[in-house]
Amino acid sequence: MNVAANHTRPRKLNLKERYNHLTRGLDWDFSYQPKEKVFPFSDYEGIKIHDWDAFEDPFRLTMDAYWKFQAEKERKLYAVIDSFSQNNGQVNLSDARYVNALKLFITGISPLEYAAHRGYAHVGRHFPGVGPRIACQMQSIDELRHAQTQIHTISHFNKFFDGMHDPWHMYDRVWYLSVPKSFFDDAMSAGPFEFLTAISFSFEYVLTSLLFVPFMSGAAFNGDMATVTFGFSAQSDESRHMTLGLEIIKFMLEQDEANVPIVQKWIDKWFWRGFRLLSIVAMMTDYILPKKVMSWRESWEMYFEQAGGALFRDLSRYGITLPKYHEMATAGKDHISHQTWATFYQYTHAAAFHTWTPSDAEKAWFTEKYPDSFAQYYGPRFDHWEKQQASGDRFSNDGLPMICQVCTIPAIFTEVEDPTRISLRSCEHNGEKYHFCSDGCRDIFLDEPEKYVQAMLPVSQIFQGQCGGAGLSEVLDWYHLNQGADNCDHLESRDAAMWEQWHRSGKDPA
Amino acid sequence: MSVTTIGEYDFPSSDVVGNFHGNFMVHVLWDSHLMFAAPVSLPLPPAMPFAALTGEVLPQIYGKHPDWPRIDWAQARWELDGVPFQPDPGASLGDQGIGHKSLLRFSTPGLDGLYGAGF
Repeated sequence: MNVAANHTRPRKLNLKERYNHLTRGLDWDFSYQPKEKVFPFSDYEGIKIHDWDAFEDPFRLTMDAYWKFQAEKERKLYAVIDSFSQNNGQVNLSDARYVNALKLFITGISPLEYAAHRGYAHVGRHFPGVGPRIACQMQSIDELRHAQTQIHTISHFNKFFDGMHDPWHMYDRVWYLSVPKSFFDDAMSAGPFEFLTAISFSFEYVLTSLLFVPFMSGAAFNGDMATVTFGFSAQSDESRHMTLGLEIIKFMLEQDEANVPIVQKWIDKWFWRGFRLLSIVAMMTDYILPKKVMSWRESWEMYFEQAGGALFRDLSRYGITLPKYHEMATAGKDHISHQTWATFYQYTHAAAFHTWTPSDAEKAWFTEKYPDSFAQYYGPRFDHWEKQQASGDRFSNDGLPMICQVCTIPAIFTEVEDPTRISLRSCEHNGEKYHFCSDGCRDIFLDEPEKYVQAMLPVSQIFQGQCGGAGLSEVLDWYHLNQGADNCDHLESRDAAMWEQWHRSGKDPA
Repeated sequence: MSVTTIGEYDFPSSDVVGNFHGNFMVHVLWDSHLMFAAPVSLPLPPAMPFAALTGEVLPQIYGKHPDWPRIDWAQARWELDGVPFQPDPGASLGDQGIGHKSLLRFSTPGLDGLYGAGF
């Protein structure tokens, strides 16, 4: 109290200095516990790190700057969402069919944002280095914000359209949502380095454009300004996440040569898991968007073959090569969207979104965009089903499909050399047979069989009596699928009837 | 290889035969008939005769296909778990080596689906 006040103010620190204090100066050493007990997950994956301070985060974001940026983005987003809802923006969509993209998004993608929030919170605690820890903690908060803003954006559509009323429950139970769920559960139950390779690098860096461009450009093309604004609000976060993905990979590769084969194995695995997960996005890109942005094939060529090719050329100086089976994924670009849509078409009674046969204009577009596959293999199936539906006998598959043990997708994909032959692989482990859709999925199993023998395959679970009962109707109730509203063909849906009513009367919905 | 873990990690498979209430889960695929997107999985009693599979169970699934009633079963070619297989219609599934999570893949020469597209 009787010390003279110091009137010379210290120079304000610049952003870089503040970041350095946050990620270097504020850390401490432990005296009561050995380091390996404080960070029990840092070594067991076999990744060797010699100098954690060598990790450089190019964004160098401090907490105060982070809160300021995020608050600004939130204000803009919620202003647009409010205006969209007050002006009944849903009436000006291209078509009611578009909303099925949002149904897939809120049930299949938004729960992944929340899972990512949990995953990054976990690794944000467990890395011994402060730089990656801070980057992961910020990403954890981002992901929570994304889940939340998606719920807020899409909740407006839930007032009018079916299938969006219980996404978190559905994520845990509905058969096709086991695909995103098992993808993320696999990553979250791995160690921190594999988690970042899986989510930050393979998903956020290598494959993210294939997910976000069709969804966000698709929203813009189809008159959904609320979702577009959400996309913009997330975009600057995504670029930070992509940077973390690339930096952590380079960091591991630069720290020790022995890390290279481990990282390559994870890249191979997570590229293949990500590619399989994206079959749903491929189908959305080609079939669900009434106004098309680009075909899945074009999207794959631009974002994987060209952009991914450049990335892996850059990483080749570390000894990293293009992911194993990338050529099979590329061969699939002519087929997977059509095969996936044909699957949901025939299991439409068990899905929480609607399906339909493509219009003549869409078939012409597919024929142009898929000169090597559509007219020969896929056009005839949709023509057949269209005729059958017109005669009052809408096709459905009454059997339950065999599920791949790893990606948990029904075994619907075909051999590269023969698009009429289903691709199946199998193996035996401890006297039990296991089945897979591909060499990629079987390789993942063989590397860690103890992990994947525990997969909860949706069809097996039904047969075991774990899903509310033996009948389809009981299982759908257990999914919280509102039967007769959420499921079946778009033509017979309440969504379509409501849309027709809005546009016939020319009136806004009450 | 085995799983990378922080400790011992040994848990039973989710789909051990004992979880299926006395049934086997059997997978069946009719090649070149992609009207049905994937092989079908069926919970079947091991004592079921093979003829009941082709005569009673599979028609409920594949009967919607115009090729189905035209099948001459004497001409059908079977594979059991990747190995050529000659089923005995009168014998039970279990007695002829069809086990839990077996894959039965069959083709019907001359009946290769619609539109030359294996549909």
